[in-house]
Amino acid sequence: MAEAQISPVGSTTAGSIAVAAESTVATRMSAPPSFDVADFPVPHGREEEWRFTPLERLRGLHDGTAVATGDGVKVVVEAPSGVTVETVGRDDARIGKAGTPVDRVAAQAYSSFQHASVVTVAKEAVLSEPVRITVHGEGGVAYGHQVIELGAFAEAVVVIDHTGDAVLAANVDYVLGDGAKLTVVSVQDWDDTAVHVGQHNALVGRDASFKSIIVTFGGDLVRLHPRVAYAAPGGEAELFGLYFTDKGQHQEHRLLVDHNTPHCKSNAVYKGALQGDGAHAVWIGDVLIQAAAEGTDTYEMNRNLVLTDGARVDSVPNLEIETGEIVGAGHASATGRFDDEQLFYLQSRGIPAEEARRLVVRGFFAELVQQIGLPDVEARLLDKIETELKASV
Amino acid sequence: MATLEIRDLHVSVEADNATKEILKGVDLTVKQGETHAIMGPNGSGKSTLAYSLAGHPKYTITSGTVTLDGEDVLEMSVDERARAGLFLAMQYPVEIPGVSVSNFLRTSATAVRGEAPKLRTWVKEVKETMAQLQMDPAFAERNVNEGFSGGEKKRHEILQLELLKPKIAILDETDSGLDVDALKTVSEGVNRVRETGEVGTLLITHYTRILKYIKPDYVHVFANGRIAASGGAELADQLENEGYEAYTKGGASA
Ligand SMILES: Nc1ncnc2c1ncn2[C@@H]1O[C@H](COP(=O)(O)OP(=O)(O)OP(=O)(O)O)[C@@H](O)[C@H]1O
Ligand SMILES: [Mg+2]
Repeated sequence: MAEAQISPVGSTTAGSIAVAAESTVATRMSAPPSFDVADFPVPHGREEEWRFTPLERLRGLHDGTAVATGDGVKVVVEAPSGVTVETVGRDDARIGKAGTPVDRVAAQAYSSFQHASVVTVAKEAVLSEPVRITVHGEGGVAYGHQVIELGAFAEAVVVIDHTGDAVLAANVDYVLGDGAKLTVVSVQDWDDTAVHVGQHNALVGRDASFKSIIVTFGGDLVRLHPRVAYAAPGGEAELFGLYFTDKGQHQEHRLLVDHNTPHCKSNAVYKGALQGDGAHAVWIGDVLIQAAAEGTDTYEMNRNLVLTDGARVDSVPNLEIETGEIVGAGHASATGRFDDEQLFYLQSRGIPAEEARRLVVRGFFAELVQQIGLPDVEARLLDKIETELKASV
Repeated sequence: MATLEIRDLHVSVEADNATKEILKGVDLTVKQGETHAIMGPNGSGKSTLAYSLAGHPKYTITSGTVTLDGEDVLEMSVDERARAGLFLAMQYPVEIPGVSVSNFLRTSATAVRGEAPKLRTWVKEVKETMAQLQMDPAFAERNVNEGFSGGEKKRHEILQLELLKPKIAILDETDSGLDVDALKTVSEGVNRVRETGEVGTLLITHYTRILKYIKPDYVHVFANGRIAASGGAELADQLENEGYEAYTKGGASA
């Protein structure tokens, strides 16, 4: 077997397929996962997991100086019948079941939140309406924790909206019972001053399916860490993401799919457009196929469309395979510039430049948006993309 | 009557940090209802002329004028030229992922006509034109030029020509890459537009075979960045027999 290798990455795109005897995804983190912030040294920026992130813009979330202000965020949960919504204390047994913090800010959030919100969908309940969670930043510093748990064969759509201004570190646990189906849409539509860091852990039950749609438009710095693991065979995870990184924004999405169980599937597709000076998008796609995970079928893809000079993309797909007995494993990453020839073609048909750009960018996102499968979310995303494009010209 | 006038047009490109002159004084007048064939060897500058008229940013006009009905074309943006009535069927149309043909056609028709065409008549118009060009209706839902064969791309260009009804149509090697049947179908499309008498056609080609289907009023030999000779249809026959040699000698290194 070849030696494990983690791709050293340049400033644009890179990828690697490594064959490893043991998980190097875990070992290359600077400390093992822990719920206790004290187990993580304060990052200095050269660590593998922090090297793309401008620490000075975390506003103290990473070094313990960001103190919760009490007026950080306002959270409202609206849920249809069949759903229980509770606010619980730190010691509630349902907290932290889906995963353990893997970096200092996630551990800081875990160590600092006062109350968690737990949304439970009863066994076999099939919701006719989405659960809507709005997180509105009121200008302060906040730490939070959210649990969403689906009983066996329950089906739910959860839409989480982030708006306003805040410095927020918050984790989310998704726990899917056997045969459950959960679709989560998390929209980061923050003001341009907000900082939002979080780890999203999904634990997918037997034959359950988890679909995550992460949409990031706003914020000064957004760094999300969607992670999936499987509690039993037959699980399926689809991770979709869409970001529009403007001038000066740092938007980072770090995925990890841990194929720790046989016969599970995963499919990750993230697409981003960037425009303006200092726009920086980071995409890390770690997929680990453990030795036990025979019959795994996985694919991950990241595409970026750079609309103007001065924007930067770091895209790092990384696939580590510990067993050859799999159905399929693949990855792709590409970063392209806005194509002047396409623009010329459209303009030569009378279409004004601004509208032509809009057509091309909408086209870039269209296929991904269609896969979301929620018409109102799709319409809203297309609207939002239009707004972003209008702001650019 | 619409008239395109090209006077002493000089065009250059930036290549390898050097400026290279490609068009070296082109003079040509195309009037509505006329068909001009421009024939010339590879690399003589035919596409450069077509792109320069359409306003491709890669090409720099160093001197000369282009007017359409007296309006300065060179002052217009690419889309303004199209709305003023210029159309370029491209030699190598580009793919536009995620943009469907039907969306593209409607967007451009809306831009060129100045208002959105009425949906019902529009759908019918597109369907019928596609049928005449023997394009499967399924093309409407495909992405622009994505995965199209060479022949399909050319049919799609002519479909746009028929729908956009320009005053001046520049067809850059619309015949290349077409088999005989496709050549006939595409030529019929061009002829439908010509028969309206409303379009002036600049038919750029390397070979004479398309001229069997589209009869030019004038034939111009293009060599070394300018028009080297002009005549009637008989000039095409002469080129067919004798080739371009007489026009390229000595000019190639200039
Ligand atoms: N962008 C460019 N950069 C450098 N050289 C160019 C560029 N565009 C055109 N040229 C050169 O200008 C000359 C004319 O090219 P053009 O494409 O106009 O020829 P053409 O007559 O259309 O040829 P063909 O019959 O092969 O289509 C060629 O020598 C070509 O290499
Ligand atoms: Mg050419």
